[in-house]
Amino acid sequence: MSIPILTLLVLVPLVGALVASLLAKSNESIVKIVALASSITTGLLSVWMLIKFPTGSAGFEFVSKHSWVSEWGISWHLGVDGISLFLVVLTGILFPLVIVGIDPHHDHKQYLVWMLVLEAGVMGSFLSLDLFLFFVFFEIVLVPMYFLIGKWGYDQRIYAATKFFIYTMAGSAFMLVGIVATAFLARRDIGHLSFDLIEIAEKSNFSTSTGRWLFVGFVIAFAVKVPLFPLHTWLPDAHTQAPTGGSVILAGVLLKMGTYGMLRFGVYLFPEAAVWSKPVLLTLAVIGIIYGAIAATMQKDLKRLVAYSSVAHLGFIVLGTFALTNQAITGGVMQMVNHGISTGALFLMVGMIYERRHTRVIAELKGIQSVAPIFAGFFMLIMLSSIGLPGLNGFVGEFLILIGSFPTARWWVVAATTGVILAALYLLWAYQRVFHGEPDEANKSFAEITKREAMLLSVFVAAIVFTGVYPKPMLNRIEPSVKSLLEHVESRSNYKQPEIKAGE
Amino acid sequence: MMLAANMFVGPEIDWFKISPFLVMLGGVLLLILAGSLTPQWKKGAYGVVGAITAAGTAVITALLWRDLGDGAPSSLLANALTFSKFTLFATFSIAIATLLAILLTSGFLVREDEDGPEIFALILCAAIGGMVMVQANDLIVMFLGLETLSLAFYLLTASSRSRSASGEAGLKYFVLGGFASAFFLYGVALVFGATGSTNIDAIAASLSKDIVLGGSSAMLLAGIALLLVGFGFKVSLVPFHTWTADVYQGAPTPITALMGSVGKTAAFVALLRVFSDALSSRSDDWRPVVVVLAILTLVVGSVLAVVQTDVKRMLAYSSISHAGFILVGLVAAGQVASADAGLGTSGTLSYLFIYSILVIGTLGIVTIVAGKGDNETSLNAFKGLGKSNPVLAMGMTVLLLAQAGVPLTSGFVAKFGIIRAAVSTESYVLAVVAMLAAVIAAFLYLRIMVSMWLSEGTTSRDISVAFSTRLAIGLCVGATVVLGFFPSLLLQFTNQL
Repeated sequence: MSIPILTLLVLVPLVGALVASLLAKSNESIVKIVALASSITTGLLSVWMLIKFPTGSAGFEFVSKHSWVSEWGISWHLGVDGISLFLVVLTGILFPLVIVGIDPHHDHKQYLVWMLVLEAGVMGSFLSLDLFLFFVFFEIVLVPMYFLIGKWGYDQRIYAATKFFIYTMAGSAFMLVGIVATAFLARRDIGHLSFDLIEIAEKSNFSTSTGRWLFVGFVIAFAVKVPLFPLHTWLPDAHTQAPTGGSVILAGVLLKMGTYGMLRFGVYLFPEAAVWSKPVLLTLAVIGIIYGAIAATMQKDLKRLVAYSSVAHLGFIVLGTFALTNQAITGGVMQMVNHGISTGALFLMVGMIYERRHTRVIAELKGIQSVAPIFAGFFMLIMLSSIGLPGLNGFVGEFLILIGSFPTARWWVVAATTGVILAALYLLWAYQRVFHGEPDEANKSFAEITKREAMLLSVFVAAIVFTGVYPKPMLNRIEPSVKSLLEHVESRSNYKQPEIKAGE
Repeated sequence: MMLAANMFVGPEIDWFKISPFLVMLGGVLLLILAGSLTPQWKKGAYGVVGAITAAGTAVITALLWRDLGDGAPSSLLANALTFSKFTLFATFSIAIATLLAILLTSGFLVREDEDGPEIFALILCAAIGGMVMVQANDLIVMFLGLETLSLAFYLLTASSRSRSASGEAGLKYFVLGGFASAFFLYGVALVFGATGSTNIDAIAASLSKDIVLGGSSAMLLAGIALLLVGFGFKVSLVPFHTWTADVYQGAPTPITALMGSVGKTAAFVALLRVFSDALSSRSDDWRPVVVVLAILTLVVGSVLAVVQTDVKRMLAYSSISHAGFILVGLVAAGQVASADAGLGTSGTLSYLFIYSILVIGTLGIVTIVAGKGDNETSLNAFKGLGKSNPVLAMGMTVLLLAQAGVPLTSGFVAKFGIIRAAVSTESYVLAVVAMLAAVIAAFLYLRIMVSMWLSEGTTSRDISVAFSTRLAIGLCVGATVVLGFFPSLLLQFTNQL
């Protein structure tokens, strides 16, 4: 407990970025080593934190709190609990993999610097327990991502990057006003101006309508980030145009900032409003699931297809979150991590296909399985985890969400289940078109997977299989925090979870 | 304090307390007299004198602030000036902005081979005018300050001998500025008619007793309206903004920086003094109008900024949008019923201080990119700057992100202060509109960044930059980052306002 591990998780990549940016451009290998060293150190720290994390703890661990802007009641307040734990670990592991595994092709130094800044921002978002601090990290993430898409992306990159920036910033505009209003309105109950999440959540006593307005302000920002239908239109563009590394990070961890924010800030701060908003948010989530799936089916571009599948998957997470039962939320948190692994890996593989063929159009790809069977095998497995095949990670989260939501959101679940079927449809169909059949001239020379790629993907596959077969260690760490969050909701509203015997 | 007062004070005048003016005036006289009586000085020497004068003023103001401690506001020169933390902070902002603008101008004039004492004397005159405006405790004194400031600006705008656009802009500014001054003066007259005084304290006292001479408030309301029009022109609020883009574009670039910083600070602080001090008991009458002006200014400024193709014009419109933001702070400061109205005042002053630094830094880089002749200010001129001159492009990026209000830059601290003030006085809708306008404006800053980083350069230019210019921009960028990470450095002062 003596080392401030959470602060280090944010600072190590930031320092790495600073050092790398000061090195000369010609020293590419040294820049790479610095970037790798800082991201791997961060990854190891996050794993070490995971090992040290006490199973069964519901509250925040490794808390570090220092005054930052005392005039405004703002502090550097970091902490991790079961809900954020695996997102932090996912971030810690995903970044070094992306840095090692994906070649940006030009301007390596700038690319790596932005990647490290991005990592610091994402880490900070998942760890902040101060509303102001959270906003700072949430918003600062836009800058590196903007440059990553705009500089290393594909043809329409500037359009996509700008759209991403403006959409998210517009959402954040509401949240900033919401954050300031929350702090000022909570001042009466707390006794002084404070932006501290825990203090506000535990002590504040907003009137029903105030709480609802504030909740709406927060949720707009998160809904853009998730993205929730109908605010999702930036996502397909951003994903399609982003470089592979950007896509992996975007799908892997960035989108989770939205769903995580909904839980951590929306539900925790405004329990009554969360219960009140349930019908609307669940409906939007289900629309997102079905719409995302149908849109994915229609795509001609493989990367766009995966992007739309993200819309559908994140719909499931929102469904689980606002179904407000232990199982559903636990499933939602699991699904955040699982989606990060599966979709991150899918984007990685689509990137590999593009590297080889310089196209992502499904119609131009054919019969790859016969020329690159191992490559196809990896794709198959990852795709099945995305579909939610039992025994792989996607199933655990999705199943928990559906079963947990059924008692409180029956008809929404019934509708959402069709999304599971549609997922099988669009992914298997895509697989069939890309990998089956006889390869034509262009695809005949499709290179088999390289050692480096295989090693990279093995990490993802290991996570997919392990979580799918033995999810208990993960669930054990997530569940206590979810339980205490829901107890908080129940004590602050007239909502009661239906009594069900939780199947262990 | 008493000791110092005894040493310097004559019977009626507290010389030490008005020493910021005296230092500035000394600088002006030195430049004009010595400059005209001696042969051409060494390159940049005039600028050094000007910079030392401005820096000296800033230091003396800081000393006065320290001496004041927790002392109550007092008045100087037979109630003509106010002496308080509020006015001292505003004076300090103006002195700092003047210093930075002089550093820019010095390098600029050397590059253009137009080095001479007049420009610096005029800049210092403008600063004196601005300082009088912010310290004035009397509308007539305020008008004197306003005219000093404006006349210096008209000349400075037209000062470029090589560009015809400069003379045209100066003339335009002069004609429209004259109109605005007339509006302002007419407003002063009507307020005097309604309250019997031009003194800010006396007006406030008279209005708070609800005494309106002549029994009708029509004259007072007309006076308030005319004052608002006059100020609206000076701080370029929509719909009084039409001159801004032309003048900003036409003026020599460092002078644009001066207008955006010193001019804006002086006019806004004066506006704040008149409306939230003198007319505070009538805030129910003027607040709705100011709310409408704020929304118009925010939206129109941001939207028009986005469609420009010249960076100076873009920044002109973005300055309009920023003015709308600052006006939100005024609305909060006018919410006299709320205990948090003071947040509006401190938020506005922090914003002005931070924005001054941002605008000078940004236009400083535009000055460099514009090259000799000061002509290359189109968006295309910034293409490929990230490749040819990464340090400069990085500085510009930091300043632009700050103007957009991205966290960890001073711009975010400024915006947050205003939003905080608006929210604490329950102007939620206005706060949301302001933030959304900031998002629209962000698009403009992104366009410049796209040009610099993501577009291929058309020409590879060889850029040599004078030391003073480099120093000014370095200070601006440094302050932007440091204040972004440690806002307390500024807030500990503005919180006392």
